[in-house]
Amino acid sequence: MKKSFIQIILASVLLFLSFFLPENGEILRNILLFFSYLIVGFPVLKKSFRNILRGKVFDENFLMAVATLGAFGIGELHEAVAVMLFYQIGELFQSYAVDKSRKSIASLMDICPNYANVYRDSKFVRVDPDEVKVGEIIVVSPGEKVPLDGKIMEGNSLFDTKALTGESVPRHVQVGDSVLSGCINLEGVLKIKVEKEYEDSTVSKILELVENATNKKAKTENFITKFARIYTPSVVVIALFLAICPPLLLKDATFSDWIYRALSFLVVSCPCALVISIPLSFFGGIGACSRIGVLVKGSNYLEKMANIKILVCDKTGTLTEGVFEVQEIESTLKEELIAYAAYAECYSNHPISLSIKKYYGKEVDTSLISSVKESAGKGVLATVQGKQICVGNEKWMQENAISFLPNKKVGTLVYVAVDGIYKGSIRIADKIKEDSYKAISILRKKGVKDILMLTGDEETIAHDVSQKLGITTYYAELLPQEKVGKVEEWMKRKGKEESLVFVGDGINDAPVLAISDIGISMGGIGSDVAIEASDIVLMTDELSKVAHTMSIAKKTIRIVNQNIFFALFVKIGILLLSACGMTSMWEAVFADVGVSVLAILNALRILRIKQEKG
Amino acid sequence: MKFKFKIKGLDCANCANELERQMQKLEEVTSVSISFLTQKMQVESKEMDKESLVKKIEEVIKKNEPDVEITLL
Repeated sequence: MKKSFIQIILASVLLFLSFFLPENGEILRNILLFFSYLIVGFPVLKKSFRNILRGKVFDENFLMAVATLGAFGIGELHEAVAVMLFYQIGELFQSYAVDKSRKSIASLMDICPNYANVYRDSKFVRVDPDEVKVGEIIVVSPGEKVPLDGKIMEGNSLFDTKALTGESVPRHVQVGDSVLSGCINLEGVLKIKVEKEYEDSTVSKILELVENATNKKAKTENFITKFARIYTPSVVVIALFLAICPPLLLKDATFSDWIYRALSFLVVSCPCALVISIPLSFFGGIGACSRIGVLVKGSNYLEKMANIKILVCDKTGTLTEGVFEVQEIESTLKEELIAYAAYAECYSNHPISLSIKKYYGKEVDTSLISSVKESAGKGVLATVQGKQICVGNEKWMQENAISFLPNKKVGTLVYVAVDGIYKGSIRIADKIKEDSYKAISILRKKGVKDILMLTGDEETIAHDVSQKLGITTYYAELLPQEKVGKVEEWMKRKGKEESLVFVGDGINDAPVLAISDIGISMGGIGSDVAIEASDIVLMTDELSKVAHTMSIAKKTIRIVNQNIFFALFVKIGILLLSACGMTSMWEAVFADVGVSVLAILNALRILRIKQEKG
Repeated sequence: MKFKFKIKGLDCANCANELERQMQKLEEVTSVSISFLTQKMQVESKEMDKESLVKKIEEVIKKNEPDVEITLL
């Protein structure tokens, strides 16, 4: 790059000097211009010569060479030098801009650890993360990146997971927690036992995924590639026609005038502005997504994301927390009731029991429990401090001949009776995520027409969740294969350019993820199955990230369209003007180079999308 | 088998597309993708012999873009 910079400066100086020569210095001026041309044009001439030998006529170097040499031929020396000079400046600027954007995207993805401190031969040594093996102990000091996935053996700390999840609130970690590579340790010194080799660890997976994303090309990209292939030959053929036909057919037309017009054509014959700015825009969009913790596995998916018409959500774990929690206790003695229930359920590991114990929050003194009888799927009969406690569902109460007040609210109901007397009920339910409310309304605003919910859960619960979230269509009590059926049915109800998106936790929905236009799994970080099965991976479990990705996708598409329109508009404009002889060659090259540079700068705007709130 | 290459010396995005198209014509290559942005090339091939594949690929490159160099990753 430095070399071409010097060439450009030298050539510009010579060109500049040539303007100050006296009228009669014709020969000297020509020499100056000739050298200026050689300095800046030699690489182009060399390449084009080589390409002709290989029969590649429509190569941009060759076309530039023909255009400028042609200008020399018809005595337009200044034009020839100026065109070559502008062309080279444009090339330089382009490669600078592309390089810059490449770097800024790389820095977005700056999660790559450079080293690992591994414990070997009773001391810590600094090695490449590549060289650390599974089972070795590494140490991570405050401010360092976790180099490999593992489990904490010693110490606790706060973790900055922003690079991975886009989440700005640090996460607390302690002994026994699994940690992912790419997180930044904020506080304490941690000893971590490595569980995955570098190649399989989260960081490498993410980097590979984003890098390969540009391999799956969007429809627009394929269109541009095809267009580029016919554009250059067509322009050249028209140029040839312009150079020969009018002077032969028209009375007043001169060869030098029409050849000049034809040469201007050649100047804009390279489709590079389009060919570079479109993939760059998609690349930028994918980079912007990864910054908010969304991994997009291909440009084509980003393109489809801009036009979601149907959004299908799984319920448990997607719209709801996926964790049972005590919602409400109906009793005059709430504290007592939950304590009885917690004692009775103390040996059970059922999710319902766990939620009761969690809500109780205190240690259960097991010495107070003398007997426990559990009946799977119904309830527990326990003796605590001489009192007989009966905890369970409706059926369990009936079986134990206890008269109780049936609770009509939605959720899983646990009834409690002490010594045969009904004391009250506990309502347990999966909580709807705070984020889901917001996400659904944003998605609606962004033009998602239908939002559906699928669940294997029972009707009443599904009805309740869907009503609270304002989802009009839901299907409850579905078996996994029935979910596939429902999605297939809805796939038929959308237009060709519209997309159906399925969002799930990615573990049990591989078939549904596969048949949807876009399969999104959430919270899938660290789970290979989810990453493998889906097209887009949300590293956090917030539905609002889908909405956010949709805005990035829309902005990307908007910029892509602007670039296509703008580049074509300018190119066609120049072609028309030069055909009419209304533009000079160097104006043509100026416009052409300018449009490339502007298109690249426009593409870079995508990287500046702010994290949106609310 | 999937092979990844670092690709150096590409002039423009259009050249990358063109090279990709030429590479696709190779019998041994099932699919190929060249990214001008990441400067990487990914080749999928049935050919198990790495060296002979790389040699074939290098031949194509030499014919089309003599300034381009590749290194296997």
